[in-house]
Amino acid sequence: MEEKWDYIITNRSKLFSIDFKELWRYRDLVLMYVKRDFITFYKQTILGPIWYFIQPVFTTIMFMFVFGGIAGISTDGVPQAVFYMGGLVCWNYFVDCFNRSKGTFSANKAIFGKVYFPRLVVPLAGVISNLIKFGIQFALFLVVYFYFIYQGVHFGFNATVLLVPFLIVMLAALGLGSGMLISSLTIKYRDLNFLVSFGISLLMYATPVIYPLSVMNGKYAKYMWVLLANPLTSILEAFKYAFTGVGMFSWAYLLYSLIFTIVIFVWGLLVFNRVQRNFMDVI
Amino acid sequence: MSNTVIDIENVSKQYMLGTFGTGTLSHDLNRWWARVRGKEDPYLKIGDTNDRTKKSNSDFVWALRDISFKVEEGDVVGIVGKNGAGKSTLLKILSRVTSPTTGRIKIRGRIASLLEVGTGFHPEMTGRENIFMNGSIMGMTKQEIKRKFDEIVEFAGVAKYVDTPVKRYSSGMMVRLGFAVAAHLDPEILVVDEVLAVGDAEFQKKAIGKMQDVAHGEGRTVLFVSHNMAAVRSLCTRGVVLKNGLVDFMGTVPDSLAHYLKNEDEIRKDLILSNVKWTKHSLKVTNIEINGTKEATSVIRNGQDYIDVLVEGTTEEPMTYDVMLIFKSKDGMPMATYALGHYMGELQHCQPGDFSIHRKIALPKILTRGLINVDLYLHHPMTEYQLKAPDCCVLESEGFQKGFGSAMDQSNNGLIGLSDF
Repeated sequence: MEEKWDYIITNRSKLFSIDFKELWRYRDLVLMYVKRDFITFYKQTILGPIWYFIQPVFTTIMFMFVFGGIAGISTDGVPQAVFYMGGLVCWNYFVDCFNRSKGTFSANKAIFGKVYFPRLVVPLAGVISNLIKFGIQFALFLVVYFYFIYQGVHFGFNATVLLVPFLIVMLAALGLGSGMLISSLTIKYRDLNFLVSFGISLLMYATPVIYPLSVMNGKYAKYMWVLLANPLTSILEAFKYAFTGVGMFSWAYLLYSLIFTIVIFVWGLLVFNRVQRNFMDVI
Repeated sequence: MSNTVIDIENVSKQYMLGTFGTGTLSHDLNRWWARVRGKEDPYLKIGDTNDRTKKSNSDFVWALRDISFKVEEGDVVGIVGKNGAGKSTLLKILSRVTSPTTGRIKIRGRIASLLEVGTGFHPEMTGRENIFMNGSIMGMTKQEIKRKFDEIVEFAGVAKYVDTPVKRYSSGMMVRLGFAVAAHLDPEILVVDEVLAVGDAEFQKKAIGKMQDVAHGEGRTVLFVSHNMAAVRSLCTRGVVLKNGLVDFMGTVPDSLAHYLKNEDEIRKDLILSNVKWTKHSLKVTNIEINGTKEATSVIRNGQDYIDVLVEGTTEEPMTYDVMLIFKSKDGMPMATYALGHYMGELQHCQPGDFSIHRKIALPKILTRGLINVDLYLHHPMTEYQLKAPDCCVLESEGFQKGFGSAMDQSNNGLIGLSDF
């Protein structure tokens, strides 16, 4: 007679043994983590959630000065504030998801060393709380956007805007997937960490955040493939295109980004799941 | 039908010694190459048993090696063993913080462990928020926590502070709150690791009481890891002794503890006699026994009334002497002295020839738990020494404990406990 056991603890790790049912059972914990992020963000600040606005506003103003003013990089006729803020809001969401997931093991080793719960809860909660932050900043973007419409600027607003939620999910999945991957790979050998921390700041310049793709195409056409190979490129361009009608929108490149995202996400998930069982011994 | 709730089958855990760096990369590559070819991990065969005291030649060590035992529903299992015997590793595997290198454990029911009292507490969050946070980390749903919230707050005794950030709590309040959440998890299997070392006496009483309720009243299973022999004796129904990562003994609690303590005695196999530093030329000592043994380590049990001291030998001269024992802490601080010659001027005499000196030293009713170093002297007070044996033996005091109480530590509380007149 087959006996009924609730858990079996072994070393054998099946590659595809992610326990989604268990993750679902811990959904309250995901919400608690999200709540904790917000509570601890506000505590003992005067401005509270306003800080979520200050960062993109000041960065946008800085970009307008440095890239738009001093360097004189074109924004393809789109008002600079809208152009930079749109790019920044998306880029920030990706980076925030990435950074939160990347530090999963090292930032939580004290708690992971004492109690078991599905480790996936932590990066997942990070993605959700960053989504709320993204929502706030996106609202700010919309305020700026409608301000310019009120001022009589005509944007090439179009139906691709329906794709925006989908683009955001892709950004999140890409950030989460690559973050989990890095998190798992840097447990034992931390070399990669050094590479990644400055690599991500360089990546921003290889993504059309502060310049439109058309500028690159005009000046360095032979390096265009670098930008196009970057899965973030088509996502950000599609986002900008949806709101301003300017930029590159290509189903082919979007499909490429989608496949890239799925591969990275699944790969990250599998490696993460494998590593979480024994990481306490090596961290 | 079997009602085994934990079935541990040949569980081993290997750890690597030293640091990770370029040297370990070659191990990883070898391991990977073996896996690619479908061979067994080449490093699983090697490795020493876990004996801290010996220098190892291998880079690997087995923190646990082929541990197998079963725990039945309702058992209260005391797991004892020296530091480094593998107790904590076993608990970590059981609570799924890490996984075994080989073997497997089958578990029926929810495990909660009191290792993690207060895990996930965030200092900026209020008591209420932390109860929910901590509860969900331990696997409770929001509904469950809501239902037990009042009970938890009352158990912790922090009702007044429940909406204050926990960073304003005293450390005792924090621990109480953490334990209160853990205690209300209602797990089928409870794992407790030395949690009783924290909190004030009233709270310890509550904690042990709760453990007893869980164990005896509600018939649930408890795994209890402790160095506190008295607590193990009073709480547990079965004992497992771990030694160097192996199961050394398994059985009833008295048998297990006896085995463990006997084992401990073997650490200092040397005889008290061989620790005599100096004797007067006319004196020859042939036998010394303290606490009923010639060996230099022995145990003072909970509730023991007296210590026997026996010194035998021959003397060529008539001797006027007194027996003096000084009890010192591990770091040499004197804590008590037996010296009737000094206190009362009572001296003994003996003629040349064989002698046998026997004393029974009355012990105070309440002793703390800890190691006691003993100096033994034969002397004529203020005149001459006949025998000097400083640090000749170690007495391990189990500590006095009764009812819901638990033994106190010597390092914090001195040697002797006071009681009502």
